[in-house]
Amino acid sequence: MVKKQEIIKAVSKNFNFYYADGTHALKDINVSLYEKKITALIGPSGCGKSTFLRSFNRMHDLYPGNKYQGEIILNPDNTNILDKKVDPIEVRMRISMVFQKPNPFPKSIYENVAYGLRVRGENNKRMLDDKVEEALKGASLWNEVKDRLPDLAFNLSGGQQQRLCIARALATDPEIMLFDEPTSALDPIATVNIEELMSELKKKLTILIVTHNMQQAARISDYTAYMYLGKMIEFDETDIIFTNPSKKETEDYITGKFG
Amino acid sequence: MKKNNLPENKNLDLIRALIKKHKKNDQVFAGIGFFVIASLAIALLILFLDLLLDGYPKITLEFFSNFPSRKPEMAGILSAWVGSALVLLVTFFVAVPMGVAAGIYLEEYAKKGWLADLIEINVANLAGVPSIIYGLLALGLFVYEFGLGQSILTAGLTLSLLMLPIVIVSTREAIRGIPVHIREAAFAVGATKWQVTLHHVLQYAMGGVLTGIIIGMARAIGETAPVITIGALTFIAFMPPSPVTEVAPFINFDWLDAGFTVLPIQMFNWISRPEHAFHINAAATGAVIIILTLLMNGMAIKLRYNIRKKIKW
Repeated sequence: MVKKQEIIKAVSKNFNFYYADGTHALKDINVSLYEKKITALIGPSGCGKSTFLRSFNRMHDLYPGNKYQGEIILNPDNTNILDKKVDPIEVRMRISMVFQKPNPFPKSIYENVAYGLRVRGENNKRMLDDKVEEALKGASLWNEVKDRLPDLAFNLSGGQQQRLCIARALATDPEIMLFDEPTSALDPIATVNIEELMSELKKKLTILIVTHNMQQAARISDYTAYMYLGKMIEFDETDIIFTNPSKKETEDYITGKFG
Repeated sequence: MKKNNLPENKNLDLIRALIKKHKKNDQVFAGIGFFVIASLAIALLILFLDLLLDGYPKITLEFFSNFPSRKPEMAGILSAWVGSALVLLVTFFVAVPMGVAAGIYLEEYAKKGWLADLIEINVANLAGVPSIIYGLLALGLFVYEFGLGQSILTAGLTLSLLMLPIVIVSTREAIRGIPVHIREAAFAVGATKWQVTLHHVLQYAMGGVLTGIIIGMARAIGETAPVITIGALTFIAFMPPSPVTEVAPFINFDWLDAGFTVLPIQMFNWISRPEHAFHINAAATGAVIIILTLLMNGMAIKLRYNIRKKIKW
């Protein structure tokens, strides 16, 4: 079971999600994200794990007709980030996201990292320089790009682009970082880099990651949630999920009998 | 011949015959396509060369610096090209901000629904309305209702009506070409809709927008019917007041009220004269219009190429 001393950073309570076409994509999801831990969401394609992840920064608000029900409480201020009264932009300023496919802006390396700060009104050159350097170091990309910051971002390799996107998400000091299958478009070496980076990042912040790769979940996460058909089947410490799951369905999926 | 004991593939000849047959279709289509393109290009080339050969001796510096005249050898297109330039200036400053703003609004802000569909169909149809209809509208609205007179301002506004749908449609197309994942990346760091529009959408769409603007301008420069309808003069031997003055505030807008003529009208006027010498002037004017149009289109292609080189996703 979950250890008592862990601090809960965010918790979803009876969370339901409906897409604009009426699809009931998430059903009564109850999951806790523990402070400075990595929580992995696993499950077959279409089970709703990306939908769940994207609820944490209100990405679904970009498309009309989507509906949240229930709560995702963000601590320490006990804010329900799904509340209509809470501005999605406020939520995105606290919870940042890294996408499946590296998606740097067609701008310079520097501007990519600085953009989050610029939308927060930061225009002080020295401040921006410092923050960009810090974020690039945090994403272990600094040594590779420090001499070519004005270069366009798409000149970087795929793995470097993804680390650039991590730096962009990191520059604004988020409380939680969301990773939506961050390594599925990358080669094995770039994947190892990103995984090591995530283990480093969790010293500072809370991480929620969707992954198709069960070994990856087993390698890097502290907690794992198995989802199937929009339901949370099982949520526990990663060691327990992968060695001694309490549900038959979880075991079938983990052992590859299904999915 | 046989190097090993593998059984022979009996279908090999069949497969090769099939591929050969299918490839024949490629060649047939490529042939037809080339023929069509070549005949179009040749038709344009002949037209252009014909004008150029007829008008070539006329295209001198004097031709651009002389007013029209009763004597064909003295006549030039000074008032016509100045008129065209000033009218296009008005058109540019009216149609570009309005068209780009409308395109952004329709694509980014307007709620999808029957109203948006209705506007969309209307804009698409506007691009296909015969230009003389715009002329009639402008005559009723700008000349009589608003009392703007038969002026450069009226002509500029009229041509901007014509250009608007082209700018709107090309702006929307360019915006639609921006991938969702780039947009989401900007929203995910906490940008507002306006920040996303200003810092991303507008910048990445600029190549397509510029192309639309220049193609619209190239169309406006050759338009004749609507300009005749609103009453462009056919013989002008004076210049409109200069937009730039020597005393503060160095800019004046009196030229907006001035009567005017434009290149295609000057050409039309000369071609309707009986003397052959005037026909040569008309040919020269036609060549100038075509060269201007080609230059503008060439510029559009170059600009788009330069901008797209910097944008990849």
